[in-house]
Amino acid sequence: MLEINNLHVKLEEEDKVILRGVDLKVEAGSVHAIMGPNGSGKSTLSYVLAGRDGYTVTEGSAKLEGAELLEMEPEERAAAGLFLAFQYPVEIPGVGNMTFLRTAMNAQRKARGQDELSAGDFLKLVREKAKALKIDADMMKRPVNVGFSGGEKKRNEILQMAMLEPRMCILDETDSGLDVDAMKLVSDGVNALRDAGRAFLVITHYQRLLDHIHPDVVHIMANGRIVKTGGPELALEVEKNGYADILSEVV
Amino acid sequence: MAVAQAKQDTLEARIAGLSFPNEGWQAPARFDALERLGAMGMPGRRDEYWRYTHPSSLTSPEPLPAPVFVDTAETMVFDAIDRLKLVFVDGVFDAEASDDLALSGVEIDLLSQAQSDIHWARDIYGVLEARGQTPVQRPLAALGTAFSTEGVLIRATAKAAKPIALVYVHKSDTSDVILHNCIRVEAGAEVTVLESGPAAARFTKVMEVDVAEGGRFHHIRAQGPDQDRRAATHIFARLAEEALFKSFTLTANGVMTRNEAVLELVGDDCVAHVAGAAVGDGMFHHDDTVFITHEGQRCESRQVFKKVLKNGATGVFQGKILVKPGAQKTDGYQISQSLLLDEDSQFLAKPELEIYADDVKCSHGSTSGAIDDTALFYLRSRGVPLKQAQSLMVLAFLAEAISEIEDEGIAEDIRQRLEDWLASHEH
Repeated sequence: MLEINNLHVKLEEEDKVILRGVDLKVEAGSVHAIMGPNGSGKSTLSYVLAGRDGYTVTEGSAKLEGAELLEMEPEERAAAGLFLAFQYPVEIPGVGNMTFLRTAMNAQRKARGQDELSAGDFLKLVREKAKALKIDADMMKRPVNVGFSGGEKKRNEILQMAMLEPRMCILDETDSGLDVDAMKLVSDGVNALRDAGRAFLVITHYQRLLDHIHPDVVHIMANGRIVKTGGPELALEVEKNGYADILSEVV
Repeated sequence: MAVAQAKQDTLEARIAGLSFPNEGWQAPARFDALERLGAMGMPGRRDEYWRYTHPSSLTSPEPLPAPVFVDTAETMVFDAIDRLKLVFVDGVFDAEASDDLALSGVEIDLLSQAQSDIHWARDIYGVLEARGQTPVQRPLAALGTAFSTEGVLIRATAKAAKPIALVYVHKSDTSDVILHNCIRVEAGAEVTVLESGPAAARFTKVMEVDVAEGGRFHHIRAQGPDQDRRAATHIFARLAEEALFKSFTLTANGVMTRNEAVLELVGDDCVAHVAGAAVGDGMFHHDDTVFITHEGQRCESRQVFKKVLKNGATGVFQGKILVKPGAQKTDGYQISQSLLLDEDSQFLAKPELEIYADDVKCSHGSTSGAIDDTALFYLRSRGVPLKQAQSLMVLAFLAEAISEIEDEGIAEDIRQRLEDWLASHEH
């Protein structure tokens, strides 16, 4: 599904190197988790994959089902099936949540050569998906993420994911700012989307999210590289002993 | 002294080719206006309220020629609205193209035809304009009172059956039009006036609106998308107790547009909103100059002005709220914002508050900025193409101004015009 080879990235303005040769392969149907200390490059990886400005790729490649992501515009990546659930979902005053979702959905369908979804079909679909995430009609009417609580914003991300049905989902610290109940709700939303044709890359600081979304593979990232890869037990080890042991082992 | 003389000279040259209409019930008002005009001269660049807008093309003896604009849009603005249509071609009423003047709830007369000495408009014509000359002089409005022979007189006596649409057609490259409309909304009555069309090469217009107790007046205007017109428009409104006044203007393109609004909230508990959404590309100069006077108690006023500027376009906002002694519990709000789509465009804003009552709430804000990159990336990451995402952000920016239009059908029409403009001026 996703294949990243020797990815090197620096900040455009500061000339500061963030990623120093990331190698990662995520197979369809699997859930991979990336853990790592602050500043290890986890969020940068997610932004670079989604196509945010401000980063320069100096070396390497990132392919989604064989197609080079790094050469695509952000909207092309989305149409190709990539989705990033933001760590900090963006507020857009003046743009209604429903309009936003429908515009996004139809833009992706258009890019893929599909017909636009009718207003009726769209409404039916969004109501059904929103209900499962306990997102009420009022939230849908409000401008995108404006006045939403932290938990509401994250649920809104998962709603977008559920509606857009991407093939490769990247969740950037989706657990941050969530209480126990919200975490359960968000995780259930993610788990409902697990499918043989879909893959997940879950970026997190903590094991607790992985109690709800069980990963097949866990990677530890440090200093711009994947330094260790293992099974779910690796996350438990981090939870218990912190990163220090693993990092000293690697170095 | 030299400055004053220059203003006098400009005035003389400006009116030299005009014939002064000295008959009819308007004559006394016209003589008064001519006298005011003589005392003021034409606006000059050093005048405090003409610092950001060069008045010369509005005050020159002849207008700069403006080629007739051919609108290629499939439908014209307000065409879909059920309305009574009055058409002026280069400032002259066109009976053929207009609907019958009869409409339930209103009396409609033409300035060119209303000769009766007892005409109700005598209490308004030039009267509100004269009141609006202090403390800020508005010579072009006095010019309008003195020299206009065309325009419409609307008196609402009940709720008007449908909106009255004034459509200004431009057919001559050199037309120089002075137009004057008077509107009286009687107690408890309600009327909506729509205005659209390029009008002339140069358009000098005054609209006086007198809203009696509990009357409601709605005004929605669409200027553009013709590029070459030059327009100086003025609204003078007076509100009695519990009256409501709402005016919204869409301006798309235009090499020179100056829209002034002078509102007097005389009665208690009245509401006055004035809003504008302006979009300009390249040779665009757009100026909103607003003066709101609170005299009654517990009145509410809102000014919401948004401008989207690109390729060196210029936006100006001069907005003032004056709260007179005794106008307690005033609630005044003023926001002026620009979205600069490049570094060549500029927005010049001068918000002013002058308050002489101690129990009031007045807020004002003015900002300039670019489209939020983070929001743009967020939209694109969800699959929305760049240009569509930018348009969505521009419409979002303008939304607060458009939301000042109460009628959803009209608001949707305006939104559609903005979308069309954005599609034809892609970034």
